[in-house]
Amino acid sequence: MEEIAILGVGMHPWGKWGRNFVDYGAAAAQEALDDAGVDWNDVGFVSGAITVRCGYPGYVAGSTFARALGFNGAQVASSYAACASGATALSVARGQIISGATDVALVVGADTTPKGFLAPNEGDRPDDMDWLRFKLVGATNPVYFGLHARRRMDLYGATSEDFAQVKVKNSRHSVHNPRARFTKEYDISDVANSPVVSDPLRLLDICATSDGGAAMVVSSMAYAKAHGVSDPVRVAGISTVTPTFPDTVIDLPYIATDSAAGTAPANRGFKTSIGDRVYAEAGVGPEDVDVAEVYDLSSALELDWYEQLGFCQEGEAEKLLRDGVTTIGGRLPVNPSGGLGAFGEAVPAQAIAQVCELTWQLRGHAEARQVEGARIGITANQGLFGHGSSVLVRR
Amino acid sequence: MNRNNSPGKSAKTRVPAVEGLHTMEGEPHLIGGKVPGRETYFFPKHLAGGDPAVGGALELEEVLLSRVGRVWSYTSSNYTPPPPFVAATDPYEPITIAAVELEKEKMVILGQCVAGVTPDDLSIGTDVELVIDTLYEDDEHEYMVWKWKPLEKVHA
Repeated sequence: MEEIAILGVGMHPWGKWGRNFVDYGAAAAQEALDDAGVDWNDVGFVSGAITVRCGYPGYVAGSTFARALGFNGAQVASSYAACASGATALSVARGQIISGATDVALVVGADTTPKGFLAPNEGDRPDDMDWLRFKLVGATNPVYFGLHARRRMDLYGATSEDFAQVKVKNSRHSVHNPRARFTKEYDISDVANSPVVSDPLRLLDICATSDGGAAMVVSSMAYAKAHGVSDPVRVAGISTVTPTFPDTVIDLPYIATDSAAGTAPANRGFKTSIGDRVYAEAGVGPEDVDVAEVYDLSSALELDWYEQLGFCQEGEAEKLLRDGVTTIGGRLPVNPSGGLGAFGEAVPAQAIAQVCELTWQLRGHAEARQVEGARIGITANQGLFGHGSSVLVRR
Repeated sequence: MNRNNSPGKSAKTRVPAVEGLHTMEGEPHLIGGKVPGRETYFFPKHLAGGDPAVGGALELEEVLLSRVGRVWSYTSSNYTPPPPFVAATDPYEPITIAAVELEKEKMVILGQCVAGVTPDDLSIGTDVELVIDTLYEDDEHEYMVWKWKPLEKVHA
């Protein structure tokens, strides 16, 4: 797959600021433009990641951010793929660049998130799976996280302490990240003493929801070279695959899986197939990865990703964690940014933020949370309704 | 309580919380969809996906799904879920939720467990049966839903 260059990245710090999401996106976009040294008027395409929680301006996010920066006549698109929206927006921008429709694009997402559980749209909506799961089962997002955590315990002997260790590790990383919302270092007892939300997961195992914004300026390799950037961090692969039928693992927002009675499921599950695709595009394998940013909606889900991205065999994630492999200083640090546990989820910004962190890591600009010598990084992200994403970057 | 016409009468009208997803009379069953000529099932029927072997937009057959299964995983919701969820009790009491695999249909279906079941009562593989139970009620109606109930242990 043809690569594109990441010329600049920017993030508005995550928090609960309560301001208009447009402010966060515009701030992140301006930082990315400044970082790239690209004039806004040179940007030919704006790819916005949609927020569904901020009204109409959120639905037309690309245009909203373009206007906030001052309409410059660029072409525009807006993408929604739940938590994978940012990766989809990046994928749209890549298509524009590789097709030759534009040389340089801005990818941007931001959100202002209400407190508490993410909830479905209002009204009586029996034709909406996202409504049914709340109405009939009370299946909040943490319920699905709890189901998956329990599977790890039963199948692989994971313990609550293993899950807590993920939080402890990521909180240690977050101490060095000025853009993270939570930068306190937690220990095992902090997690163990927090209340159970969805058995076996406790409050500190589960990510919060936050306000935040992230942006990147991406371009063709030729534009980067002409711009005087000879060795940019490059996007080498983007995966936005859907599941294959039958998908036999219950996940957001469904109340039932597909049936495997008539068709045998594929050997590779949905989340594994997300990584498979990105490795294939980039022409590298899990053994080549130096650093990863994965979607730790819960501490236990981070462990699932170690296996789904091929860092270890199924059932061996706890060992990888316990051996310190995924801590900064280990062979394959995971979530050096602090991950979702430290950021809280700002849905349309999150997949972009993951790539921002990897860009800083691969440039060697991550300061006290630097993964030494990182050349290849991967992200992984879970949306809902069959959305998920992975981005592979290299230098 | 404005129930002047029937003082002391406790029987409320039982209605499904959402129409058409499960039986209301006779043996409790979920109502699913089946691809004609194939062993492919969906639940709920009205939100069925496609089977790529035959494509989408099919007229599915209505079928009653198996009413016993084995726990695939389980968890709880210790805090009140947001609307449209309506808590059965005030104050809210944690609910236990199970994902149950139906052997014949080879599919996993989510549901609340009946009151009194806690995560400690369940294991992966626990045999459970489907019952139709009250999700919540108001002055006039009991709103019904499917729930999972562990089968009695053979030896106590």
